[in-house]
Amino acid sequence: MMMCKEATRLMSLKQDRRLTFQESISLRFHLTMCGACRQCDHQFSLLHHRAGKRFEAEFEEMPGGDGAGTGGSGRRE
Amino acid sequence: MTDEPSPKDDAALAASPTRMERLAAVRPRLLSFARLHLRDNALAEDAVQEALMAAIEKDASFAGRSGYETWVFGILKYKILDVMRFQKRQGRLQPLDDESDDDAIDRQFQENGRWQDHARPASWGDPDQVFENEHFWQVFDACMITLPDNTARVFSLRELMGLSTEEICRELDIRENNCWVILHRARLKLRACLQKGWLKEETAR
Repeated sequence: MMMCKEATRLMSLKQDRRLTFQESISLRFHLTMCGACRQCDHQFSLLHHRAGKRFEAEFEEMPGGDGAGTGGSGRRE
Repeated sequence: MTDEPSPKDDAALAASPTRMERLAAVRPRLLSFARLHLRDNALAEDAVQEALMAAIEKDASFAGRSGYETWVFGILKYKILDVMRFQKRQGRLQPLDDESDDDAIDRQFQENGRWQDHARPASWGDPDQVFENEHFWQVFDACMITLPDNTARVFSLRELMGLSTEEICRELDIRENNCWVILHRARLKLRACLQKGWLKEETAR
Protein backbone atom coordinates (compact mmCIF):
# COMPACT_ATOMS: atom_id res chain seq x y z
CA MET A 1 0.00 0.00 0.00
CA MET A 2 1.11 3.55 -0.70
CA MET A 3 2.58 5.53 2.21
CA CYS A 4 2.32 9.23 3.00
CA LYS A 5 5.65 10.21 1.46
CA GLU A 6 4.73 8.69 -1.89
CA ALA A 7 1.23 10.15 -1.61
CA THR A 8 2.69 13.66 -1.29
CA ARG A 9 4.57 13.06 -4.54
CA LEU A 10 1.27 12.46 -6.32
CA MET A 11 -0.40 15.43 -4.56
CA SER A 12 2.36 17.65 -5.89
CA LEU A 13 2.37 16.06 -9.35
CA LYS A 14 -1.36 16.61 -9.64
CA GLN A 15 -0.78 20.38 -9.55
CA ASP A 16 1.46 20.10 -12.60
CA ARG A 17 -0.01 17.42 -14.82
CA ARG A 18 -3.01 15.16 -15.06
CA LEU A 19 -2.53 12.01 -12.99
CA THR A 20 -2.88 8.66 -14.72
CA PHE A 21 -5.92 6.61 -13.77
CA GLN A 22 -3.76 4.33 -11.64
CA GLU A 23 -2.08 7.27 -9.86
CA SER A 24 -5.36 8.98 -9.25
CA ILE A 25 -6.99 5.88 -7.77
CA SER A 26 -4.10 5.11 -5.44
CA LEU A 27 -3.94 8.70 -4.25
CA ARG A 28 -7.67 8.87 -3.62
CA PHE A 29 -7.58 5.59 -1.75
CA HIS A 30 -4.79 6.86 0.47
CA LEU A 31 -6.55 10.16 1.12
CA THR A 32 -9.74 8.49 2.31
CA MET A 33 -7.72 6.89 5.09
CA CYS A 34 -5.25 9.61 6.02
CA GLY A 35 -6.37 12.92 7.53
CA ALA A 36 -2.87 14.40 7.61
CA CYS A 37 -2.47 13.77 3.89
CA ARG A 38 -5.89 15.27 3.16
CA GLN A 39 -4.66 18.39 4.91
CA CYS A 40 -1.43 18.36 2.91
CA ASP A 41 -3.32 17.84 -0.34
CA HIS A 42 -5.56 20.78 0.47
CA GLN A 43 -2.58 22.99 1.29
CA PHE A 44 -0.69 22.12 -1.90
CA SER A 45 -3.79 23.09 -3.85
CA LEU A 46 -4.20 26.31 -1.90
CA LEU A 47 -0.58 27.27 -2.53
CA HIS A 48 -0.98 26.51 -6.19
CA HIS A 49 -4.11 28.61 -6.55
CA ARG A 50 -3.34 31.48 -4.20
CA ALA A 51 0.40 32.13 -4.32
CA GLY A 52 0.29 33.56 -7.83
CA LYS A 53 -3.09 35.21 -7.38
CA ARG A 54 -1.78 37.15 -4.43
CA PHE A 55 0.15 39.50 -6.70
CA GLU A 56 -2.43 39.50 -9.48
CA ALA A 57 -5.04 40.55 -6.95
CA GLU A 58 -2.84 43.27 -5.51
CA PHE A 59 -2.26 44.83 -8.90
CA GLU A 60 -5.90 44.60 -9.82
CA GLU A 61 -6.90 46.29 -6.62
CA MET A 62 -4.49 49.17 -6.90
CA PRO A 63 -6.44 52.41 -7.01
CA GLY A 64 -6.17 53.82 -10.50
CA GLY A 65 -4.93 57.41 -10.73
CA ASP A 66 -7.46 58.73 -13.21
CA GLY A 67 -10.40 56.42 -12.63
CA ALA A 68 -11.07 56.61 -16.35
CA GLY A 69 -11.96 52.98 -16.82
CA THR A 70 -8.39 51.73 -16.87
CA GLY A 71 -8.23 51.15 -13.14
CA GLY A 72 -8.58 48.04 -11.07
CA SER A 73 -11.91 46.94 -12.40
CA GLY A 74 -10.62 45.18 -15.50
CA ARG A 75 -10.60 41.53 -14.50
CA ARG A 76 -8.84 38.92 -16.55
CA GLU A 77 -9.76 35.24 -16.93
CA MET B 1 6.59 75.95 -38.49
CA THR B 2 4.81 76.82 -35.29
CA ASP B 3 5.76 76.49 -31.64
CA GLU B 4 2.36 75.35 -30.61
CA PRO B 5 2.05 71.61 -29.93
CA SER B 6 -0.45 69.80 -32.08
CA PRO B 7 -3.65 68.61 -30.35
CA LYS B 8 -2.31 65.04 -30.51
CA ASP B 9 0.87 65.93 -28.62
CA ASP B 10 -1.22 67.81 -26.16
CA ALA B 11 -3.30 64.76 -25.38
CA ALA B 12 -0.20 62.61 -24.95
CA LEU B 13 1.32 65.11 -22.56
CA ALA B 14 -1.87 65.32 -20.56
CA ALA B 15 -2.10 61.56 -20.15
CA SER B 16 1.43 60.88 -19.09
CA PRO B 17 1.66 62.51 -15.64
CA THR B 18 -1.15 60.31 -14.35
CA ARG B 19 0.48 57.24 -15.81
CA MET B 20 3.82 58.26 -14.31
CA GLU B 21 2.20 58.60 -10.91
CA ARG B 22 0.65 55.20 -11.26
CA LEU B 23 3.96 53.67 -12.25
CA ALA B 24 5.60 55.26 -9.23
CA ALA B 25 2.83 53.90 -7.02
CA VAL B 26 3.09 50.36 -8.39
CA ARG B 27 6.89 50.24 -8.32
CA PRO B 28 7.34 48.94 -4.74
CA ARG B 29 5.00 46.03 -5.39
CA LEU B 30 6.75 45.20 -8.65
CA LEU B 31 10.03 45.28 -6.80
CA SER B 32 8.90 42.89 -4.08
CA PHE B 33 7.69 40.44 -6.72
CA ALA B 34 10.96 40.69 -8.66
CA ARG B 35 12.98 40.25 -5.45
CA LEU B 36 10.99 37.20 -4.46
CA HIS B 37 11.72 35.63 -7.81
CA LEU B 38 15.26 36.77 -8.61
CA ARG B 39 16.59 36.82 -5.01
CA ASP B 40 18.98 39.60 -5.87
CA ASN B 41 18.29 43.25 -5.19
CA ALA B 42 20.28 44.69 -8.05
CA LEU B 43 18.82 42.27 -10.60
CA ALA B 44 15.33 42.92 -9.28
CA GLU B 45 15.85 46.69 -9.57
CA ASP B 46 17.06 46.23 -13.15
CA ALA B 47 14.09 44.10 -14.14
CA VAL B 48 11.64 46.60 -12.64
CA GLN B 49 13.43 49.50 -14.30
CA GLU B 50 13.23 47.74 -17.66
CA ALA B 51 9.56 47.01 -17.14
CA LEU B 52 8.77 50.63 -16.24
CA MET B 53 10.68 51.90 -19.28
CA ALA B 54 8.85 49.46 -21.52
CA ALA B 55 5.53 50.53 -20.02
CA ILE B 56 6.29 54.18 -20.81
CA GLU B 57 7.52 53.40 -24.33
CA LYS B 58 4.62 51.12 -25.13
CA ASP B 59 2.03 53.27 -23.43
CA ALA B 60 0.00 53.51 -26.63
CA SER B 61 -0.29 49.72 -26.86
CA PHE B 62 -2.06 49.44 -23.51
CA ALA B 63 -5.44 48.27 -24.71
CA GLY B 64 -7.38 48.58 -21.48
CA ARG B 65 -8.44 44.94 -21.49
CA SER B 66 -6.91 44.58 -18.04
CA GLY B 67 -6.15 47.18 -15.41
CA TYR B 68 -3.12 49.33 -16.13
CA GLU B 69 -1.18 47.95 -13.14
CA THR B 70 -1.95 44.37 -14.19
CA TRP B 71 -0.64 45.18 -17.65
CA VAL B 72 2.61 46.55 -16.21
CA PHE B 73 2.91 43.45 -14.02
CA GLY B 74 2.66 41.32 -17.17
CA ILE B 75 5.55 43.27 -18.69
CA LEU B 76 7.60 42.71 -15.55
CA LYS B 77 7.12 38.94 -15.81
CA TYR B 78 8.59 39.00 -19.32
CA LYS B 79 11.50 41.11 -18.13
CA ILE B 80 12.20 38.71 -15.26
CA LEU B 81 12.34 35.82 -17.73
CA ASP B 82 14.74 37.89 -19.86
CA VAL B 83 17.00 38.44 -16.86
CA MET B 84 16.94 34.72 -16.13
CA ARG B 85 17.79 33.81 -19.73
CA PHE B 86 20.66 36.25 -19.64
CA GLN B 87 21.95 34.71 -16.40
CA LYS B 88 21.70 31.29 -17.96
CA ARG B 89 23.63 32.32 -21.07
CA GLN B 90 26.32 33.77 -18.83
CA GLY B 91 26.48 30.46 -16.96
CA ARG B 92 25.47 32.25 -13.78
CA LEU B 93 22.57 29.99 -12.88
CA GLN B 94 23.73 27.21 -10.62
CA PRO B 95 23.21 23.80 -12.16
CA LEU B 96 20.22 21.95 -10.80
CA ASP B 97 21.56 19.20 -8.59
CA ASP B 98 18.70 17.21 -7.25
CA GLU B 99 20.20 15.04 -4.55
CA SER B 100 21.74 17.72 -2.35
CA ASP B 101 18.91 18.54 0.01
CA ASP B 102 16.83 15.43 0.43
CA ASP B 103 17.55 15.37 4.15
CA ALA B 104 15.06 18.09 4.91
CA ILE B 105 12.36 16.03 3.23
CA ASP B 106 13.41 12.80 4.88
CA ARG B 107 13.14 14.44 8.27
CA GLN B 108 9.42 14.96 7.67
CA PHE B 109 8.78 11.23 7.28
CA GLN B 110 9.44 8.08 9.27
CA GLU B 111 11.36 5.27 7.66
CA ASN B 112 8.12 3.50 6.78
CA GLY B 113 6.97 6.56 4.82
CA ARG B 114 4.44 7.92 7.33
CA TRP B 115 4.56 11.49 8.62
CA GLN B 116 6.79 12.25 11.59
CA ASP B 117 4.67 13.59 14.45
CA HIS B 118 6.35 17.01 14.38
CA ALA B 119 5.80 17.36 10.63
CA ARG B 120 2.22 16.11 10.42
CA PRO B 121 0.12 18.62 8.44
CA ALA B 122 -2.34 20.63 10.53
CA SER B 123 -5.00 23.07 9.45
CA TRP B 124 -3.94 26.67 8.77
CA GLY B 125 -7.42 27.91 9.53
CA ASP B 126 -10.08 29.32 7.23
CA PRO B 127 -8.33 29.79 3.85
CA ASP B 128 -10.22 32.98 3.04
CA GLN B 129 -9.01 34.60 6.23
CA VAL B 130 -5.53 33.14 6.03
CA PHE B 131 -4.81 34.36 2.52
CA GLU B 132 -6.18 37.81 3.28
CA ASN B 133 -3.75 38.08 6.15
CA GLU B 134 -0.67 40.17 5.40
CA HIS B 135 1.16 38.28 8.11
CA PHE B 136 0.70 34.95 6.39
CA TRP B 137 2.41 36.35 3.30
CA GLN B 138 5.27 37.71 5.38
CA VAL B 139 5.80 34.18 6.65
CA PHE B 140 5.50 32.93 3.07
CA ASP B 141 8.19 35.34 1.84
CA ALA B 142 10.47 34.38 4.72
CA CYS B 143 9.94 30.69 3.92
CA MET B 144 10.73 31.27 0.24
CA ILE B 145 14.11 32.65 1.28
CA THR B 146 14.90 29.46 3.18
CA LEU B 147 14.53 27.37 0.00
CA PRO B 148 17.74 26.67 -1.93
CA ASP B 149 18.11 28.95 -4.99
CA ASN B 150 17.39 26.25 -7.55
CA THR B 151 14.36 24.90 -5.76
CA ALA B 152 12.98 28.39 -5.23
CA ARG B 153 13.53 29.29 -8.88
CA VAL B 154 11.56 26.34 -10.19
CA PHE B 155 8.79 26.83 -7.62
CA SER B 156 8.54 30.50 -8.40
CA LEU B 157 8.43 29.93 -12.17
CA ARG B 158 5.61 27.48 -11.65
CA GLU B 159 3.55 29.05 -8.87
CA LEU B 160 4.33 32.77 -9.02
CA MET B 161 5.01 33.25 -12.72
CA GLY B 162 2.48 30.64 -13.79
CA LEU B 163 4.63 28.76 -16.31
CA SER B 164 3.83 25.14 -17.14
CA THR B 165 6.42 22.51 -16.23
CA GLU B 166 7.03 22.07 -19.96
CA GLU B 167 7.88 25.76 -20.30
CA ILE B 168 10.09 25.60 -17.22
CA CYS B 169 12.04 22.69 -18.73
CA ARG B 170 12.61 24.72 -21.85
CA GLU B 171 13.78 27.77 -19.88
CA LEU B 172 16.13 25.83 -17.62
CA ASP B 173 17.14 22.94 -19.86
CA ILE B 174 15.99 20.28 -17.48
CA ARG B 175 13.94 17.15 -17.91
CA GLU B 176 10.30 17.35 -16.90
CA ASN B 177 10.76 14.55 -14.42
CA ASN B 178 13.47 16.58 -12.75
CA CYS B 179 11.11 19.51 -12.59
CA TRP B 180 8.40 17.48 -10.85
CA VAL B 181 10.90 16.18 -8.30
CA ILE B 182 12.05 19.71 -7.52
CA LEU B 183 8.49 21.01 -7.22
CA HIS B 184 7.55 18.17 -4.89
CA ARG B 185 10.48 19.03 -2.68
CA ALA B 186 9.73 22.75 -2.79
CA ARG B 187 6.08 22.25 -1.81
CA LEU B 188 6.92 19.93 1.07
CA LYS B 189 9.52 22.30 2.46
CA LEU B 190 7.43 25.39 2.00
CA ARG B 191 4.39 23.73 3.54
CA ALA B 192 6.39 22.65 6.58
CA CYS B 193 7.94 26.09 6.98
CA LEU B 194 4.59 27.84 6.61
CA GLN B 195 2.99 25.57 9.17
CA LYS B 196 5.79 26.19 11.64
CA GLY B 197 5.88 29.95 11.13
CA TRP B 198 2.22 30.64 10.69
CA LEU B 199 0.76 28.43 13.39
CA LYS B 200 3.39 29.59 15.87
CA GLU B 201 2.42 33.21 15.25
CA GLU B 202 -1.25 32.39 15.45
CA THR B 203 -0.96 30.71 18.84
CA ALA B 204 1.32 33.49 20.09
CA ARG B 205 -1.40 36.07 19.65
